Amino acid sequence: MDIFIQQLINGLIVGSIYALIALGYTMVYGIMQLINFAHGEIVMIGAMVTITCINLLLGLGVQLPGPLLLLAGLLMAIPVSMLLGFTIERVAYRPLRRAPRLAPLITAIGVSIVLQQLAMLIWGRNYRPFPAILPTVVHDFYGAAITDLQIAIFILAFLLMGGLFFLIERTKLGRAMRATSQNPDVAGLMGVNINTVISMTFVIGSALGAVAGVMVAANYDQAHAYMGFMIGLKAFTAAVLGGIGNLAGAVVGGILLGLIESLGSGYLGDLTGGFLGSHYKDIFAFVVLIAVLIFRPSGLMGERVAERA
Amino acid sequence: MSEALLQVKDLKVAYGGIHAVKGIDLEIGHGELVALIGANGAGKTTTLKTLVGMIKPAGGEILFDGQPTARLASYQYVGRGLVLVPEGRGVFPRLTVAENLLMGAHVRNDKPGIAHDIERVYHLFPRLKERQAQLAGTLSGGEQQMLAIGRAIMSRPKLLLLDEPSMGLAPIIVQKIFEIIRMIAAEGVTMLLVEQNAKLALETANRGYVMESGRITLADSAANLLANEAIQKAYLGE
Repeated sequence: MDIFIQQLINGLIVGSIYALIALGYTMVYGIMQLINFAHGEIVMIGAMVTITCINLLLGLGVQLPGPLLLLAGLLMAIPVSMLLGFTIERVAYRPLRRAPRLAPLITAIGVSIVLQQLAMLIWGRNYRPFPAILPTVVHDFYGAAITDLQIAIFILAFLLMGGLFFLIERTKLGRAMRATSQNPDVAGLMGVNINTVISMTFVIGSALGAVAGVMVAANYDQAHAYMGFMIGLKAFTAAVLGGIGNLAGAVVGGILLGLIESLGSGYLGDLTGGFLGSHYKDIFAFVVLIAVLIFRPSGLMGERVAERA
Repeated sequence: MSEALLQVKDLKVAYGGIHAVKGIDLEIGHGELVALIGANGAGKTTTLKTLVGMIKPAGGEILFDGQPTARLASYQYVGRGLVLVPEGRGVFPRLTVAENLLMGAHVRNDKPGIAHDIERVYHLFPRLKERQAQLAGTLSGGEQQMLAIGRAIMSRPKLLLLDEPSMGLAPIIVQKIFEIIRMIAAEGVTMLLVEQNAKLALETANRGYVMESGRITLADSAANLLANEAIQKAYLGE
């Protein structure tokens, strides 16, 4: 098996998931300069609700093909996550809209912890296996293996990103969102209801997060109440790498981070003479984060258009 | 004139412990172009911001089109026909010129009407048409001011509030902007113009108010104010 191509494939798949989650961070940051650290938990809850829903259907003896069961789970998880994102903004962030920036940041961490603990109460402290409803079809790709599931994840991720870009760039809501992120006061003068725009931003980001959560759970065959922490930090890193607040940057950052992590961990054993194995893959995300913050804090695509007075 | 379009009674505004506006009365009739002049810090910008709901008044009453505006959320004013061209223009720098204009029509849903009004703005400002696909942040100051005015017109306002449209612009551009203001007034749009350039403002307006440290100290026809010796000394530099 070709390790390079295999890690390239793995990196692209994981990277496209990071990108979906990073979009949620970057959209919220773009509009209200807030890092929504609870976003990782929304991803986790999307995964958990889907698993619960599929198990429920299986328990009821529903006879459906695997992909349809998965779809049913997703259709349950997406609204739950959207509602959760909407509620978090209303309850935890809106009262702090005019507060110093540190206050909502600390609140975000608080919300994240509350949701983790809540998930532990509901789903327990053990790993929840992803129900084995999807047939494992493996294709050979230039000596590397790729499954149907991975292909589906990749395609769906890019369809969703395309949909999001269409929404932001071509619709009235998207235009209002961009205007709000650039000058909320004047957007209000033009008749934009800022509260609605901010709610929509959370709702859309949470929907993408829920789908990403299901992708993670399906790809790794498991979910856990704490899974949102690490995946959230990595997606946040991806958003920073691409330039936080920049949508295209989140996609580029996500894919790049996936590739760096995957290729890095694939060769880490060889590079360190077996001292460090691939289970150290998590260090790559944070090495990247530190490097970006030191050498290019605005991220790869974070440069703003020159604005004349 | 039956009833004034805008009636302001004993308006008081305070923020951060400062009484910026200390009980003023204003009236603007349909189709009038009224200038509000005064020194820096007299409370002119605060007055405008309060009229469009960006600042909540501490006292007094504002009637627009016969209706009190006190209960409106700030984003609802434009739908009632009140729009402000803010000081410093406030264009959306990373939206294109055309997108900025569409933002002005955000509360409207009549697509053919919007398309027609965009053409009208391009007719008033041919420069904007040439640059319609350009990001607004790359425009010159004068072009940004044109865009801010064009964007405000896109909402089909009943009352257009202009805050310092001449600020930071070269004299020749200022002349151009005021030409446009007269053209818009000639089309029947009612306007309240706040200006540091008192001479230009009074030459353009029908009537004028003079504001000094939060109070209206004079209200008269623009011609009388221009002829007033005290005004000439204080604001017209003569």
